[in-house]
Amino acid sequence: MNTLIFRTVAPLLVSIMLVMSLFVLLRGHNEPGGGFIGGLIAAAGFALLGMAFGPKSARAMVRVPPIGIAATGLLVSALAGVAALPFGLPFLTGLWPKGLPISSPMVFDIGVYLVVVGSISAIAFALEEGANF
Amino acid sequence: MQTLLMAPLITYLVGAALTLVLPRGRLVVAVGLSALVSALAGLILANVLRFGPVAVTMGNWIPPFGITFAADAVSAGFLLVAALVATALLLALTLERPAQHPALAPLILMVMAGVSGAFFTADLFNLYVWFEVILIASFALFALGGAARDLDATLKYGVLNLIGTTIFLIALGLTYGSFGTLNMADLARAVPKAPLTLQLGVAALMILGFGTKAALFPVQAWLPASYHVPHPALSALFGALLTKVGVYALFRVMSLVFPGLLSPFAPLLTASVVLTLIVAPLGALSEPNLRRATGFLVIGGIGAAVSGLVIATPAGFTGGLLYGLQAMAVLASLYLLIGRVEARDDSPILRALVLLLLLSLAGVPPLPGFWPKLILIEAGLRVGGYGSVVAVALFINAALTLIAVARLYTANAWASPPTEQPRLGLVIPALAGALALSLGLIPAPLIALAEAGGRALSDPSAYSAAIGLFEAAP
Repeated sequence: MNTLIFRTVAPLLVSIMLVMSLFVLLRGHNEPGGGFIGGLIAAAGFALLGMAFGPKSARAMVRVPPIGIAATGLLVSALAGVAALPFGLPFLTGLWPKGLPISSPMVFDIGVYLVVVGSISAIAFALEEGANF
Repeated sequence: MQTLLMAPLITYLVGAALTLVLPRGRLVVAVGLSALVSALAGLILANVLRFGPVAVTMGNWIPPFGITFAADAVSAGFLLVAALVATALLLALTLERPAQHPALAPLILMVMAGVSGAFFTADLFNLYVWFEVILIASFALFALGGAARDLDATLKYGVLNLIGTTIFLIALGLTYGSFGTLNMADLARAVPKAPLTLQLGVAALMILGFGTKAALFPVQAWLPASYHVPHPALSALFGALLTKVGVYALFRVMSLVFPGLLSPFAPLLTASVVLTLIVAPLGALSEPNLRRATGFLVIGGIGAAVSGLVIATPAGFTGGLLYGLQAMAVLASLYLLIGRVEARDDSPILRALVLLLLLSLAGVPPLPGFWPKLILIEAGLRVGGYGSVVAVALFINAALTLIAVARLYTANAWASPPTEQPRLGLVIPALAGALALSLGLIPAPLIALAEAGGRALSDPSAYSAAIGLFEAAP
């Protein structure tokens, strides 16, 4: 797989995929898209890195352990749900701060994005290594 | 109070994420969080017993449009015992040397998140989601050992349970397609108006799905094929909790959504319960390995618990719930102690506790397993018909289990010479065993809880009212 052509093109492709994944994540707020599909695109990018340069170098390029990304995402999503509790609203109620273009559903979606990126790339790297993560 | 209702689930979910990134001390944090959830569940239970069921719908939606969480005496009681069991086995794992696999604590917390979600949800699709959360996390726990026999158990457990959840999912598709709702209280209104064939079909699929989860005959084969393989503390987690979630789902859904179908299904359920009660101890009789045989005894207990659903009076429900609640404590401590036996520990306390806990599974007075069987047999004989069939089966089960247990204890337990072990590992299992056995000597609080649960199941109107469905203008 790791021909010269593939190794040259891979970083370019991956950077486009990562930007695309963020675009899909944010677009999902009002239109088709969202954290899950965005996360899958980003994880596919990381998996592509692993195919081009081997999982070891790919892990070094991602810098953070994939499982750590997934755990952070789970925390972010949970906190986005908990944020409604101090206002006396049930878990996961959407909050829309006045005058700001962000909301708690968006934070929740970013958490989903991170969970999907982390867990799918952890699986992809483990499969590419053919060993335990 | 509404915030409190979500707290156990959030604590376990956040705990799973948190322990995943902690460099060390994961098990200690997990013990703390699980103890916290036990306290929260105790608070919820106290509140529910005093003021009646509570409910909250996520995202501030109006039920049935949002996912509703609701708690009554049944769900809060089950969660309290489950969280206590999880605390005990996490504590036992913390004290164990050499250190355990780093993924152990997050995965156990994830199983517990699924368990607390399953006990509290009032939405059938959400129940399916929690089943899957439990299944995936426990699937990973089974596979942690990594040896061939671990993977063999993992596959048998995973595939057969996946079939069970898939059947439940098919039932959910039919339900949503036919009734347009998955909120249990809303379904309770809609189901009686539907044609009987549709009701029967959907309920049969659900009984098959939950029955697989609970390990009822004839869909129990996955349990003895897998429960004896992983670490004993994990056997304790699975043996105590997984099947009980299936039992809880059976009780909740049949009593709330399909109360009218309990009598048409009585012959089928009776056959399944009677065969479970008789086949399980026979399996234990034929099995020389202590932990494997205990797997068969777990199944026998499921038969006893579900017999409450056949009797279907408040006393029957009480007996079934009581059996489930005490079995969680008894089985968890028994598996932990069997772990010490397998580690070749030897001490008079260990021998005595294992014997007493095994006898409790047979229902010898005054051990914890005796009280629910007494209540069930009395309720069954009072109802007559299928109730008395089940009562007779409970007697036969007690006798067969007693023979199996006596044979196991004498032939198996200390066949190989004991080795000197550090006694630290025995402390938590022994304490857990003693606590579980004390439920037999002081049965009143647990019986009172089960009675409150039995009343709640036989008259679910308070539970439905707490959910507070949207009423369309006439």
